Amino acid sequence: MIYALRVFAAQLHTALVLTTTYRAEMILWALSGTLPIILMGVWGEAARTGAMPYTPVEMVRYFVAVLVVRQLTFVWVIWEFEEEVVTGRLSSLLLRPIDPVWNYVANHLAERLARLPMIALLVGLCFWLHPEAIFVPSPAVAATALGVTALSFIVRFLLQYTLAMACFVVERASSLESLSFIAFVFLSGMLAPLDLYPAWVANLAAWTPFPYFVYVPAQILVGADVDVPRAVGLLFVWGALLLIAQRWAWRRGVSRYSAMGA
Amino acid sequence: MLQAESLGKTYRVAEKESGMAGTLRHVFRRKTRDVHAVRDVTFHVAEGEFVGFIGANGAGKTTTLKMLSGLIRPSHGRVRVANFDPFRRQRAFLRQITLIMGQKQQLIWDLPAIDTLRINAAVYELERGEAERRVAELAEMLDVARLLTTPVRKLSLGERMKCELLAALLHHPRVLFLDEPTLGLDINAQEAIRGFLELYNQRYGATVLLTSHYMADITALCSRVLIIHEGSLLYDGSLTEIVERLMPSREIELHLAEPVPREVLAEFGEVSQLEGTSASLVVERSQVQRSVVAIFDRLRPIDLFVKEPAIERVIAPLLKGQGLGTP
Repeated sequence: MIYALRVFAAQLHTALVLTTTYRAEMILWALSGTLPIILMGVWGEAARTGAMPYTPVEMVRYFVAVLVVRQLTFVWVIWEFEEEVVTGRLSSLLLRPIDPVWNYVANHLAERLARLPMIALLVGLCFWLHPEAIFVPSPAVAATALGVTALSFIVRFLLQYTLAMACFVVERASSLESLSFIAFVFLSGMLAPLDLYPAWVANLAAWTPFPYFVYVPAQILVGADVDVPRAVGLLFVWGALLLIAQRWAWRRGVSRYSAMGA
Repeated sequence: MLQAESLGKTYRVAEKESGMAGTLRHVFRRKTRDVHAVRDVTFHVAEGEFVGFIGANGAGKTTTLKMLSGLIRPSHGRVRVANFDPFRRQRAFLRQITLIMGQKQQLIWDLPAIDTLRINAAVYELERGEAERRVAELAEMLDVARLLTTPVRKLSLGERMKCELLAALLHHPRVLFLDEPTLGLDINAQEAIRGFLELYNQRYGATVLLTSHYMADITALCSRVLIIHEGSLLYDGSLTEIVERLMPSREIELHLAEPVPREVLAEFGEVSQLEGTSASLVVERSQVQRSVVAIFDRLRPIDLFVKEPAIERVIAPLLKGQGLGTP
């Protein structure tokens, strides 16, 4: 464990240097995740004119929270892994006496740290546009939201990394992520709070991991009433299932790996 | 240190006709065929040996190296490296080997090499002082100390390969698999890499298996060669022995004071070239001394050279799969 942490710290340091080197690219990526700012305008207006369980201020706060959670849980491991399998660059990682996953985790965390100032700027922009919606969560709420967001990042990462294992068979596994992303968009609460959906859809979605990637952490952050133990329990169950699936697929995949191009 | 017994690797590859029709047919009726990249290869390499592994493109060299390093699983046969089954990729095994590929890099492209070295030091559990000592030592051997803080993308190909070697050898591996480490480098860089590899092998007693298309690498470093063709091992032995077996003759190059008829030259050996006062004769190895004495006695040449055949020319028929023939 100490060994893994030491390696991880070194990788994180280098990934942070690399992310800073690619700062322009990172800023563009962060800006590409600003859909919630558009949606907060649309839904805020809808809340003002129609009968809805949310006030305009609550709607804006929800989408500010969605923006923060999305920025903190964004995962791209499938594209990185796909590139490495197709070009054979995975080989150099396989020859190191540590699981390649730590390299991807370090890259994600470093990028996340480098994104923090950008997230602060985007949140500032939202509150500048909607000053009536400014809110500061209590330390307990912020800590709970951060914890659940961290857990949801791990499960989201595991889901995409498990799908990435298909690279060993179909090479372009990112098409699977496109399919998964459709479910993510509709069931995560990214487009609208899930309690605006028909009850049966919301109930069904609650058994999938998707609402726990955005909706649940965002609701916790704005101080809504959320069954946190249930959410954490479900994230743990999904995490465990995905971990088992990923390890199984990894072992099968590496047996098939032909290290082409390397 | 390395043991390969009846080692083989078969790939199943898709066969697709060209054009849209071929693509559509491939979607509905997928055709595959088996490609036997390596077949029943058996060899042993002792600790500290420096062995050349040669063959034409697609002969199976790289596939064999990938099996030995644990990157791919053999289809059949048995392989042991430093008493480990490579494909299990146990941590203790991976700490003892390295695989360097001339056309692939592990250094992070946009950062200085020192950043990759920092990660490698942590991965191989080197204390900071020890890591710094090793970096300094290897950097001195490779003459790259001043390059370690320059972004990798700004280095020349030769400089980059030297830094790759440093990164790959920081953990002092006991077994080195080198796949075309001098590919694309200029003569000076090739010589520098060769000199370093020789020094590393001597200093650390490392076992080295080297593939290269440059015979100069093989002749400079390897006393033993493995020759592979279409996945099968054709030869395993000393470089000198195979040259003697395949080319039991020498070439005598003459520069004469005045032109001499071909028939006269033919009395001393087979005339392979005759242009004005310059000629080349091919002479049986056992007859070289007698021919040279006779030429000096009768033709009074201005210059005379006895030349070893070029190794590329000797090996070429083997690389085309023409076999060893009769000694």
